[in-house]
Amino acid sequence: MASNAFHVSLLAGAGTQMAALHRHPALRALLKALLTVLAATTITFALVRLLPGNPIDLRIDELTRDGTMTYEDARAQVSGLYAIELDAPLPDQYVSYLWNVARGDLGNSFLSQATPVTSIILAVLPWTLFAVGTGLFLSFAAGIGLGIIAAYRRGSFFDQAVSTVGSIISSVPNYLIAILMVLVLGIQLRIVPITQMRGATSPGIQPGFTPDFVGDVFFHASLPITVFFLTHIGHWILSMRNATLAALEEDYVVAARARGLRDSRIMTAYVGRNAALPLVTQLAISVGFIVGGAVLIEQVFAYQGVGQRLLRAVAQRDYPVMQGILLLTTISVVVANLAADLLYSKLDPRVGHATL
Amino acid sequence: MSLVRQVRTLALPQPLVEIAGLVAVIARRPVGLIGLVGVGAFVVTSYIGPLVVPLTNSVDIANVYRTPSLAHPLGTDFQGRDVLNQIVYGGRDILSVAFLAAFFSTAVAVTFGSLAASSGGKVDTIVVVLADIVLTVPHLIVLIVVAAIFRPEGFLVLALLLASLQWAGLLRQVRAQILSLKEREYVEAARSLDLGLFHVIFREMLPNMASYVSIHFIFAMTGAVYAQVGLIVLGLVPLSGANWGIMLYFAQSQGALYFRDSFWYILSPILAISLFQLSLVALSAGLEDVFNPRLRAG
Repeated sequence: MASNAFHVSLLAGAGTQMAALHRHPALRALLKALLTVLAATTITFALVRLLPGNPIDLRIDELTRDGTMTYEDARAQVSGLYAIELDAPLPDQYVSYLWNVARGDLGNSFLSQATPVTSIILAVLPWTLFAVGTGLFLSFAAGIGLGIIAAYRRGSFFDQAVSTVGSIISSVPNYLIAILMVLVLGIQLRIVPITQMRGATSPGIQPGFTPDFVGDVFFHASLPITVFFLTHIGHWILSMRNATLAALEEDYVVAARARGLRDSRIMTAYVGRNAALPLVTQLAISVGFIVGGAVLIEQVFAYQGVGQRLLRAVAQRDYPVMQGILLLTTISVVVANLAADLLYSKLDPRVGHATL
Repeated sequence: MSLVRQVRTLALPQPLVEIAGLVAVIARRPVGLIGLVGVGAFVVTSYIGPLVVPLTNSVDIANVYRTPSLAHPLGTDFQGRDVLNQIVYGGRDILSVAFLAAFFSTAVAVTFGSLAASSGGKVDTIVVVLADIVLTVPHLIVLIVVAAIFRPEGFLVLALLLASLQWAGLLRQVRAQILSLKEREYVEAARSLDLGLFHVIFREMLPNMASYVSIHFIFAMTGAVYAQVGLIVLGLVPLSGANWGIMLYFAQSQGALYFRDSFWYILSPILAISLFQLSLVALSAGLEDVFNPRLRAG
């Protein structure tokens, strides 16, 4: 990745004492990840605590307005809700907030006050991961295949059709595709039983690894999966097509041809592998955006994932839950980026030792 | 190409000639032509359309969810109002916010990207770390949470909010490009002549980045349309009047999605937004051809 190269130069120029530490690629990636999580935590702290019109001040204001509660009592209640000690000076509040987040304590929900935010999020997270993850991996596999074929038949009708359709689908906003599917497939043509597909599972079905349950899970996730598949596939096709075209001109491919290797072997072992390499990193990064990218799609299909939970929290002004989901999604992107960085230095021997 | 040459021979002021020449080159390939015509059509419809077409937003309960007819070419909505009329009036806010957001983010990216690259040291480190962080946070979630807490009113605030998350990608490109341009001879010549940082950046270096910057500008517009309409559909932006996003918001909140006769009412804003996005993408593809010297020469 290009970013690696300039981080090296950047960090090598910035610090002299810590330079040795920074030069290790894994440590550098880890440092960057920690810094980003710290920044995201600081932003959420600022959003709920510092900026004018923030929910903590508003809540205290609400509780004390009708005179039933003293200012101190209201503060005590609110500080319990947010896991922030409002009596302490600001820097201490900030540090203890960071410490709570680090332990996985994100406070309690406003509405169901005994429920920790963490468990609320963990209850809906698997559904989002499942639906978006499946769509993403299917689109990756299909996009890689179609991209290679398009590159091999460069300029053919197939190439032009696949490239054009791919770029058209990926420029239409994904939630519009979702609304369109409900509109056309569900309401106009009545091919899909749209109202039965709401939720993550049908009511009353027994969870477990039974064919009924697994079938039901796929039934409910099928429309979100289709939308994620459609919105990502254009990108994979075009990237793989371009990467393959570049790889086809490499000397080792020409040499392999000259040695008389079979086309199918060249396509998979020589061209495909090398062209797909940068895309694997992109896939790892996309996995991180899974949680964040699903909000509107889940809303349209009434699929009970993290995105829909976030919108419910927004509608109910349940700030601890909102804040928790913002943090969780950021952390998932950071972790995925970290994995991508490490994966890339593993997959590509040129990165990692020689240049660093 | 003769058209390009004809444009160049016209006796117009220099910037106008350059713009006309650029347009002529973009229009040479079908993709660019589609993009130009599409974006042009949306700009004309959204900004000039409302001046020509009278606003018809009176409620007509007798004509709810009508299918297309001569009187209502795109049918009517849940209150019997003409859909085509709403489409004509509903583009201006969306286009303005998208343009402003792209403008702000590009300005920030170019200014701070070149500042970071030319000053180096601590300033550079801070700017790059900030850009990295902005690139990592999931934008839509941040926008939803911020919009839920602070309710951005008016389209300037909305544009600034969208721009605050969009500058980072271009900033890194600009910075990397300037770092490499810094070493070129003509830049060194300008510096040794002591022409000043402003001159070096804006006269010597930026013209080399016109391709990145203009293509980024268009992609920033598509990103702003995506995020903006998303927020409006979720009901998080208190925008008044009619716009394509508000039409979709009502389609969902009024349950229009589940009426079989409301098909055209929902399809119209979807098509308007999608076609605008596609036109922008086509225009950027056309621009790419312009900046690719091999294609330009031919």
